[in-house]
Amino acid sequence: MSTRPSASRKPAAAPQPAAAPQPTAAPQPTTAPRLSLRRFATPLAVAGALAVLFLWLNTLTLDSIEQRTLNTSYLLDRTQEHLILTVVSSALVALLAIPAGIAAYRVRSKAVRAFVIALGNIGQATPAVGVVILLAIVWQTGFYTALISLVAYCFLPVLRNTLTGLEQVDHATREAARGMGMTPRQVLWRIELPLASPVILAGLRTALVFSVGVATIATFINAGGLGDMIVNGLKLQRYPVIVVGAVLVAAIAVLIDWAAGLVEDLVRPRGL
Amino acid sequence: MSEPGVGIELSHVTKLYAGQQQAAVEDFSLSVHPGELVMFVGPSGCGKTTTMKMINRIIEPSSGSITIDGQDVLSLDPNELRRHIGYVIQQIGLFPHMTIAENIATVPKLLGWSKERTNDRVDELLRTVQLDPAVFAHRYPKQLSGGQQQRVGVARALAADPPVMLMDEPFGATDPITRQKLQAEFLKLQADIGKTIIFVTHDFDEAIRLGDRIAVLSERSQIEQFDTPANILANPANDYVSSFIGHGAGLMRLALIPIGDVELDAPDSTAPAVDADASLRDALDLLMVTGAERVNVSGGGGSLTHARISAALSKARQPVEAS
Repeated sequence: MSTRPSASRKPAAAPQPAAAPQPTAAPQPTTAPRLSLRRFATPLAVAGALAVLFLWLNTLTLDSIEQRTLNTSYLLDRTQEHLILTVVSSALVALLAIPAGIAAYRVRSKAVRAFVIALGNIGQATPAVGVVILLAIVWQTGFYTALISLVAYCFLPVLRNTLTGLEQVDHATREAARGMGMTPRQVLWRIELPLASPVILAGLRTALVFSVGVATIATFINAGGLGDMIVNGLKLQRYPVIVVGAVLVAAIAVLIDWAAGLVEDLVRPRGL
Repeated sequence: MSEPGVGIELSHVTKLYAGQQQAAVEDFSLSVHPGELVMFVGPSGCGKTTTMKMINRIIEPSSGSITIDGQDVLSLDPNELRRHIGYVIQQIGLFPHMTIAENIATVPKLLGWSKERTNDRVDELLRTVQLDPAVFAHRYPKQLSGGQQQRVGVARALAADPPVMLMDEPFGATDPITRQKLQAEFLKLQADIGKTIIFVTHDFDEAIRLGDRIAVLSERSQIEQFDTPANILANPANDYVSSFIGHGAGLMRLALIPIGDVELDAPDSTAPAVDADASLRDALDLLMVTGAERVNVSGGGGSLTHARISAALSKARQPVEAS
């Protein structure tokens, strides 16, 4: 998974090369379906990998320790904990970081911008495990601590992408909007946010995938998740347990990235 | 059906940016008649765009007053003001995430027009700028050529039928052929709608071609001359204006004189023919190309010689009252 919020994934609102002399034949309106069969290659591959894992497990004879872990109810519980951590933290990040990014953008101060970008970079460079454990030491262990560290960790890439996304809206587009008498609020809602949305969503997608990986650390502060399986498997030297935990985390990350990509494509404004 | 233009008055307008010694625009005064197309022409950085943008308060003047139809623009709400001034910029600035119809409907929507009224207006405007609504209304800007996008830009500025239009090098980014076509269409359109237009350009040929009057500007937006194209070409006020006109002023002037305005000799059906609504420049061009003694004006009941054309040019040198 990418470690930087990828603003470059889909360059939003590329300024039109107005200077280009154009042939008279303009391209036809795009009617290509946004959902095609190729779209479903990723979930099929994940299903295939999980099937192989299941078949492999069936060839093994599990001892009592492994049986306590490798059963449906335990796996579902850990997966559920993991997903809740991931989804709730990402939702909180979206609710907090996007408005914060908009606010930082509207302040239009170079100092604020530099501060936010620097903070974003530091946030990215700080190891997540450090944040989780420090917070557990100064506060408490458990779900809420894990949640807050996840939010803190994913907050900055989304904030930074929101800021970058808004800043890269073509100056001429903004001036035209203003020149036609839109209020600053109308320019923001009708022009800037829609045009920045691909970059903002790319940031959210990155945050979501981040948090799947980082949520494995929650086990260290007793907040559950699939990290339990990996750490217990290591401690007890039960390799099937480690493998199942790791493969499930990877599968979730890949599926979430896929689903987020799908959403990105569906909500991206047409015409971009 | 279309609202005619109103007068614009700028008096002693100055723009001084904070931290700068020299004003970008200094003590600029100019009066524009209703329905007039006034060109601001000058080199890059002379302040012509700044001057124009103070009219719709994209840039706030430091001092001076600007009135539109007698109303002080500085006393109005800037957003409300801008909704009643058409604005076209060189980069066009169409909204890439909106269809052509939605782009054109921007100001009507801000003004709270009904859906039917807006839709009718969009169709009407698309036809006005020669784009078929059935084909273009639901396309996105990216799917249009540069020339088509610029037409949409003009249509969008006209959407709420503003009496005043501000145009900042609107055809500057198009190729020469498209530009000529757009200019010709624009002139035709203006003949119909009669808006008061401030048109900024650095292209003197464009200024001559389109303007009712031209303000030749130098640094700090100082007006070197403000007159009709014919008068500026015939009697440049100073060296600065002459240098801006450059070479070929005679030919430019000929292009401004319609054949109908000169006395003709007797018709000569053996001579090559030129259209009666062509300019003297076209007639001269035909003389040069064919090497003939004279050209016959088709349907105009006469013919033209080289001497007649020269005479028309020297006659036009007498200053004509700008009105």
